[in-house]
Amino acid sequence: MAPAVTVLEVTSLDVRRGDRTIVSGISFSASRGEVVALMGASGAGKTTILRAIAGLDRITAGTVAIPRPVGMVFQFHHLFANMTAHRNVWLAPVHVFKRPRAEAEAHAQQLLVSLGVGERSAAMPHELSGGEAQRVAIARALAIEPPVLLMDEPTASLDPARRGELAATLRQLAAQGRTIVVATHDAEFARACAHRVLTIEDARIRNVF
Amino acid sequence: MPFFRLTVCVAAIVSLAWLRPATLCAQSQGELRWGGDAEGGAPYVEADPNDPTHVVGFDVDVAQLLASGLGRVPRFIQVGFTSLDAAAARGDFDVGLSGIEDSLARRSRLAVTIPYYEFREVLTVRQADGERFRTLADLRGRKVATLGATLAYDLLVDSQARDGIVPVTYEDDVHPYSDLVLGRVDAVVLDFILAQRGIRRNAGLVNQQAPLAVGHYVGVLAPAQTALRDRVDAILRDAMRDGRLESIFRRWNVWNEDQPRLYARLLSDASANPVAPSSLAPANAVNSDVTMSTWEAGRRYLPALLNAALITVALSCLSMALAVAVGMLIASGRIYGNGPLRVALTTYVEVVRGTPLLLQLFVLYFGLAAFIQLPAFLAALLGLGLNYAAYESEIYRGALEAVPSGQLDAARTLGFGERQILVLVRAPQAFRLALAPMTNDFVALLKDSSLVSVITVVELTKQTSIFAANIGSWVLPGAMCAALYLALSLPLARVARRIERGWRRP
Repeated sequence: MAPAVTVLEVTSLDVRRGDRTIVSGISFSASRGEVVALMGASGAGKTTILRAIAGLDRITAGTVAIPRPVGMVFQFHHLFANMTAHRNVWLAPVHVFKRPRAEAEAHAQQLLVSLGVGERSAAMPHELSGGEAQRVAIARALAIEPPVLLMDEPTASLDPARRGELAATLRQLAAQGRTIVVATHDAEFARACAHRVLTIEDARIRNVF
Repeated sequence: MPFFRLTVCVAAIVSLAWLRPATLCAQSQGELRWGGDAEGGAPYVEADPNDPTHVVGFDVDVAQLLASGLGRVPRFIQVGFTSLDAAAARGDFDVGLSGIEDSLARRSRLAVTIPYYEFREVLTVRQADGERFRTLADLRGRKVATLGATLAYDLLVDSQARDGIVPVTYEDDVHPYSDLVLGRVDAVVLDFILAQRGIRRNAGLVNQQAPLAVGHYVGVLAPAQTALRDRVDAILRDAMRDGRLESIFRRWNVWNEDQPRLYARLLSDASANPVAPSSLAPANAVNSDVTMSTWEAGRRYLPALLNAALITVALSCLSMALAVAVGMLIASGRIYGNGPLRVALTTYVEVVRGTPLLLQLFVLYFGLAAFIQLPAFLAALLGLGLNYAAYESEIYRGALEAVPSGQLDAARTLGFGERQILVLVRAPQAFRLALAPMTNDFVALLKDSSLVSVITVVELTKQTSIFAANIGSWVLPGAMCAALYLALSLPLARVARRIERGWRRP
């Protein structure tokens, strides 16, 4: 089941803030249907790499080749606080991708159901548990149908049982043809979900499993 | 705030009543404290152009005359014109002299001297209108300006009912004439001395010869000071007899044939009230206020107060709407705009916040009048709205910046443009944060709207002060005014809380 088509290509990525080097010389690629885990201690630079790939942070040197749109699930979810879970999911398809509202709403509900939070669609973000919020955030990222899904520390707000479920979900999404890059410090979770694990240490990639 | 002011007033009156005997003892030795308003200007009382620490004017000379008659030295105490009665009643000075008009209301609550000058109320119009506007009856439906709380104002209120004119009150006697030149009003009614000064300073105006009423200037003392009042009356009669008053008024160029007639009447009648307070018709509504009960006066003034409260509400709501709209634009410009725009908007906010609203209103209404003549209500609306916009913009800027940056990052990764992020995500969240301070500002604006009376808009506070001046007491008018302000501001807090609660629901 070796994936063949390269979807994401990161070459010699450097991110510096003033004199401080956050990450340096990061190069890796990911193929269609592949789950890649970026492993490392807190502060190793995993989040910076994801943000640079998503285009949120300025790159000092190097290149990132990635098809748009990019799906991103943040560590703290960042669901829009002023609207329901359902609207969080259909907002971008309607306002950015100009899908018909009814179609986008139906698709959003479908995504929420498939991720197991269908009955929470009318809830406001502050009414959701950590796990529920994460699922809504995944649905929101998937709703714009991104070829690549980036996830930052997805296990931070989950208990062990939920971690297993999430790993299964990611494998399933990958099987449907999505490329997934997961930043995590949880080695067990990384092994459970990823086809490949890159270890970040001292701002560089050290090991590839 | 009106409640607060009222409480302070009551406390001050109580404490002064307690202190008065001691204060008087300390100050009555050798000094005649006389109160006046140097803002009234020449020829009454004005700061000496050669030495602004001294005052000059015929009232200054009359005070000197009274002081020397009493064997004392005069000491001037500056008091705003509209506060002279209250200050006299409190005993802030021994005698008030500042072109103060004799009236039945004044006589009923203060010790009033015999008149020392007779004046005529005259109608001033533009030269071009000299033929068609000869009396108030010719001015139906037109704006006629005067000073608030004067005989001339009573005259205009009377004429409003009878002739259908529209009275416009000013807080000074300079702008009625300059606004007459500009066409903002069609006539001015004030006493002859002021009218002469008005046409001297403004070309193209003319005084109509026929007087509308006759009035007198008097000195006012605290009601208990009848002994001092009688001594002052005696000194004035002496000065009428030996020509000292005449030489004072000649020196100030206001002597005329009315004065010898007045003096002859006063000298031939030694009673306490040799002349009637004014020659207004007895049907005059305001003078009869003195004889009716306070409650009756309250009942009669209530419609006017409610009307003024409507002006306050309309002005506050429209100003707040303007402040919110402009404030949002300023806040967005300061966050999203380029360098020069941000500098310009920051400058606007600092200049507007750093200068008094009162000054801004003056500039908008009077200062810009040579270039653009804003109607009073529009100037008030712009002044309040643009001033509060500066404060609102800071609230919105703070609220927009308080929306977590993660929300914005999430929106950016989903492909939203900055404008969409502002409209769909950032502004709605900021609005909830801004709601409480906005409500606070609206309540503050409701009360700040009282400042617009300086540009002739009669709103709730102004109407209340007219009411208070006419009945000679602040207690009932103050309480009614406070009740109306509270009735307006309390529901606001409820509405804001309801919106805030509704926001949380899906």
